[in-house]
Amino acid sequence: MTALVERVAKAASTTAFGLSAAAVAFFLFAAAIVVGFLFWQTNNLLTHQVLGVLTAEARILSSEMKVGGQAKLAETVGAMSRLQGAGLYYLADDSGAKIAGNLNRIPPELTDDPHGGVFSYQPAGDSTGASHLAVAIPVDLGPDNRLIVGRDIEDQRAFADSIRLAFLLGFGVLSILGLLGGLAVSRLILNRMDAITATSRSIMEGDLAQRIPTSGRGGELDALAQNLNQMLDRIEGLMNGLREVSDNIAHDLKTPLNRLRNAAEAALRDSRGAEAYREGLERTIEKSDELIKTFNALLLIARLEAGPLEESVETFDLGSFVEDVAELYTPATEEAGFALSIEAEKDVFVRANRQLIGQAVANLIDNAIKYSRGGEPGSTITVRAYRDTGRPAISVGDHGPGISADDRERALKRFVRLEASRTQPGTGLGLSLVAAVARLHHGEVRLTDNHPGLKVIVLLSARCLIASADAAPSDVRAGIAAQ
Amino acid sequence: MTSSGSSVNQTAGLPRRPAPGQLNNESTEGQDQNNAMRVLVIEDDRETAQFLQKSLKENGHTADLATDGEAGLSLAADGAYDVLIVDRMLPRLDGLSVIKSLRAQGNRTPVLILSALGEVDDRVKGLRAGGDDYLTKPYAYSELLARVEALGRRTAPEEQQTRYTVGDLILDRLSHRVTRSGEHILLQPREYRLLEYLMQHAGQVVTRTMLLEHVWDYHFDPQTNVIDVHVSRLRAKIDKNFDKPLLHTVRGAGYTIRDGPG
Repeated sequence: MTALVERVAKAASTTAFGLSAAAVAFFLFAAAIVVGFLFWQTNNLLTHQVLGVLTAEARILSSEMKVGGQAKLAETVGAMSRLQGAGLYYLADDSGAKIAGNLNRIPPELTDDPHGGVFSYQPAGDSTGASHLAVAIPVDLGPDNRLIVGRDIEDQRAFADSIRLAFLLGFGVLSILGLLGGLAVSRLILNRMDAITATSRSIMEGDLAQRIPTSGRGGELDALAQNLNQMLDRIEGLMNGLREVSDNIAHDLKTPLNRLRNAAEAALRDSRGAEAYREGLERTIEKSDELIKTFNALLLIARLEAGPLEESVETFDLGSFVEDVAELYTPATEEAGFALSIEAEKDVFVRANRQLIGQAVANLIDNAIKYSRGGEPGSTITVRAYRDTGRPAISVGDHGPGISADDRERALKRFVRLEASRTQPGTGLGLSLVAAVARLHHGEVRLTDNHPGLKVIVLLSARCLIASADAAPSDVRAGIAAQ
Repeated sequence: MTSSGSSVNQTAGLPRRPAPGQLNNESTEGQDQNNAMRVLVIEDDRETAQFLQKSLKENGHTADLATDGEAGLSLAADGAYDVLIVDRMLPRLDGLSVIKSLRAQGNRTPVLILSALGEVDDRVKGLRAGGDDYLTKPYAYSELLARVEALGRRTAPEEQQTRYTVGDLILDRLSHRVTRSGEHILLQPREYRLLEYLMQHAGQVVTRTMLLEHVWDYHFDPQTNVIDVHVSRLRAKIDKNFDKPLLHTVRGAGYTIRDGPG
């Protein structure tokens, strides 16, 4: 029983209930105005009718007085008083003594009022003794006579009372039903909300796999639940990513840290003394530089994933920029025994972060050089900048061992170094950084087969493309012309 | 260090230009030792600041320390410094505000910003605030020294020179012609710019990152030592057929071009 009370109390305190109560109150208020107006109108009409009848009677009686004098008038009033009807009369002479009529006295409510009005009286025929409501007007017959003509309006009052009762009952029933409806609606919503609250509580307690149940009927609560579930999916993905990263940090940062420590220890133990210390310190600096590189790459990826970098977006010719970056690598590529072929489409103007695009191209060429070693000797690394169905694109292809179709998805993840590359130097963050740069530009990275080898395609969003060379600011074109 | 209680650590009494005997001759950096500079280090980490002060002194420069932004600003505004080294995150007044106030006062002293913040747009913000160069922590001291010395030289009039000469190597900036012992050397445009930058900083150490930033205008990590290959190609053109090498590799730091012993 107390549980029920508690549940009702809880439902009554909800927003849904508050809203339905407000709606019921507003409806009642509007209905009261309409009904009140109708009642007032009806009452007015009836009163007018009664007053009309009284005025007509007054005119007839005053003409009786003119024709037959006081005696004739007293006779007529007496006759009318005896009729079984609603008419009420009182005729007195100038001294105030009653001459004729069915009223016993001038009602005290009317003594001072020259226009007549409403009063109550005790009807002779009513055995219950209840007083009736009546209305009366005085008739002007000169100073010798005082005549009052009235009508019993007890019926009208009873009618008004019954209307009032009906409305009060109706309003009562309406408010009770409305509030009950509100309670029912809020119970329904409360049940759904309780499910959401329960789910979010277990998520807060660490169970990220929980999802909010949906009714499957569509509607806004289902839409909300679906959105929340999608948000939870994203959070779960991020959390899993974070967990994976911390596992990988443990591996990829602790290993070089350990090597660094080993090198320092080995140098200290070395019997050659100063010379060994120097070598050890040099090795320590070298290894700490590698660590710093890994840290920097990690931080940069985290930074790119956190959001846009509006400050450093500029407009430039993607083709000549990629060509430029690739040329930086030409001597190094040739030194490694490979050829670098550059195919840059002209006039692909983009609005993007130039340094990050440069970093991405650098990472891809660097990877291509590294992995070409495992493939065809003397093969060509192809760097392309082009437009792919309205989207700016960059691709770097090599003829190395490539990545099998199953591993491609995994290769884009942070720290993932496929077994073949374990022996290669590097942070294992190169491709993830490229993917982060692509995502920052609302694009994506695709890994495809280069028959043989790997081809990495970086597709930027169509939004990054500037329609034509004319749209590019003049300083950019001047810069290109100067080259 | 002399005073550890106050936030300002002036190296009072140190000569503006130290006598040659005070110089650290073990230095492998090969900086122009006649060019001692007055440097102000505004850095709140005492250990880092004192390391910088000690190291700069070893390289023949004098360094004053300030450990918060306000002290740094008043010192920088009063003292005639050749270069300011400003950390971005400082107590009382942050590094960028210090630089902005100085620039608002019309002080044009070159500023090297040190920052632990990421590179991408923090760098842009730093340079926009009036900084002249930006170095991300952790950095190699050799990188910092090379940049400080390059900044100190910036005010020198040689920037307007139309011709650079190192030994018998001449680069004419008007005709874009490079000759050595009167012999014309044909260079690719990029090689020309590389040589121009090296000769502009003749006698100073130029790091690989400085080359990447100034010759290529790239502010990203090229992953491998791509610069080395470019420099060795340039070296093959200007040094190979001559007895005396001019372009030297400075171990652990970068490159320098000078007429003298390697």
